[in-house]
Amino acid sequence: MKSKSRQKEIKKILMTGNEAIAQGAIDAGCRFYAGYPITPQNELTAYMARCMPDSGGVFVQSESEVAAINMVFGASCAGARSMTSSSSPGISLKQEGISYIAGAELPAVVVNIMRGGPGLGNIWPSQSDYFQATRGGGHGDYHSIVLAPSSVQEAYDLMFLAFDLADNYRNPVMVLGDGILGQMMEPLQVTSHKSQVTGQKAVVCLPIGKATSQKTWALTGCEGRNPNIIKSFRMKEGDLEKLNLALQKKYKAIRQKEARFESLFLEDAKIIIVAYGTMARIAKGAVGMLRAKGKKAGLLRPITLWPFPEKVFKDLQARNSKLKTLLVTEMSYGQMLEDVKLALDGKLKVEFLGRAGGGVPTEEDIIRKAGKIL
Amino acid sequence: MTEKIIIAGAGGQGIMLLGKVLAEGAMREGKYVTWLPSYGAEVRGGTAHCMVIISDEPIGSPYIDKADTLIIMNAPSLNKFRDRIKNKGLLIVNSSLAPEAGVASEGRHILRCPFTDLALKMGNIKIANMIALGCFIGKKKTVNSRSLLEVIGSIAPEHKKGLIEINQKALEEGMELGG
Repeated sequence: MKSKSRQKEIKKILMTGNEAIAQGAIDAGCRFYAGYPITPQNELTAYMARCMPDSGGVFVQSESEVAAINMVFGASCAGARSMTSSSSPGISLKQEGISYIAGAELPAVVVNIMRGGPGLGNIWPSQSDYFQATRGGGHGDYHSIVLAPSSVQEAYDLMFLAFDLADNYRNPVMVLGDGILGQMMEPLQVTSHKSQVTGQKAVVCLPIGKATSQKTWALTGCEGRNPNIIKSFRMKEGDLEKLNLALQKKYKAIRQKEARFESLFLEDAKIIIVAYGTMARIAKGAVGMLRAKGKKAGLLRPITLWPFPEKVFKDLQARNSKLKTLLVTEMSYGQMLEDVKLALDGKLKVEFLGRAGGGVPTEEDIIRKAGKIL
Repeated sequence: MTEKIIIAGAGGQGIMLLGKVLAEGAMREGKYVTWLPSYGAEVRGGTAHCMVIISDEPIGSPYIDKADTLIIMNAPSLNKFRDRIKNKGLLIVNSSLAPEAGVASEGRHILRCPFTDLALKMGNIKIANMIALGCFIGKKKTVNSRSLLEVIGSIAPEHKKGLIEINQKALEEGMELGG
């Protein structure tokens, strides 16, 4: 039996997604966390309060979301791997700070465990912040890198990547989950850190006066060197345009190198379900059930929402001539749907199934919709 | 094998803990498992529920529309979840607090047991949840009782170690009801 062989695996622990994200961040070297409580991500803040001090880091329960993101700005300037987390309305409050971090080219990780909106909304799971996450969110021409885990294990694993990408590109990284992912428990296998991007050991936190070759830009006290300046205010003629061009060059490199996705049955599918995060695991369940009935369904799950994995969408038709339709399903009224359509450029038919404000499309809903299309 | 279980009762009855012990036991046996709580503005005395899925295969949706087994610990929860059970599903009802099962029995197996009364007789009303859990695994054998006894032995914090034995006894008592 399969389960017997798994018994020999390394010990697993049962954890919520929120706790796994917090533990993943600590294991990835996060040593500064500031946050303000909000459901459904409170277990993350609570876990940080409990565990960050023992890990040699700093935990601050800030007076507001705006304060938290600005504390992260400061800690990141000083060279620490820094993070904040919140849920939808709180993330809206952080947007000014995220824009400043992007403008100052600082690494930072922001976790959004999405809840229903607009407004104060409710506390149920939602994916309605996709536009905000992938289009910048705050003012100015910038992008956060956006990662979307779909299991507790992946929520943990992606924290390593989040901090690596933030450091490597000196760019904000958003980890985008939802209430279900944050609240549910699954077995988690904790691993030790190896940088997935560089293979090098990451700089966790710079002591005062000791800039390293990896973070030469950090503000560590300028004894023995010229002062570093970090700012997002650029009044001198031409300066801001120069920064924008540099950012665009960086975003182009990120688009080329960092797009990630998971796929199932792309080669023979007549219909491909496209979903991310919690919706992707529901879609995966539906694909399994459709296959069991002899229906040729496939799955495409973007793991990075920005950069969006455009290429795999553009290549679909060439790979599989039997493919007729993509069914995008989200806990929103069609946000990632726009990226799918842009990537396909009108070449394949795209259908949509979505609910928001607390409603979650079920496996049966997906199967019914797919059945009608097939 | 995939078993979908909804556990529902009153806040304070140990509904979440029942689900966690079951989920952790399944994990220790190498199974795939998800545990999803109700996380609204829950208060002591209100209703609380959690959804546990145990499987040999990776689990898609952690949300349960129709359960294989429904474990109901009080009357309001029975009203709330009475239709959320599959045809031929198993309904386990705490008859101490939900005396009228009020569910058509055709197509369903119903086990009515006075979990709260039995817990009181054993000397601690709080162990009704473990008796109910025992009843479930005694009937369905989804998870081995040894795994659950281990979990109970390991999750109690230091200052509550004295409660391990009575909870383990409660589980065993429940298994006899179910088996």
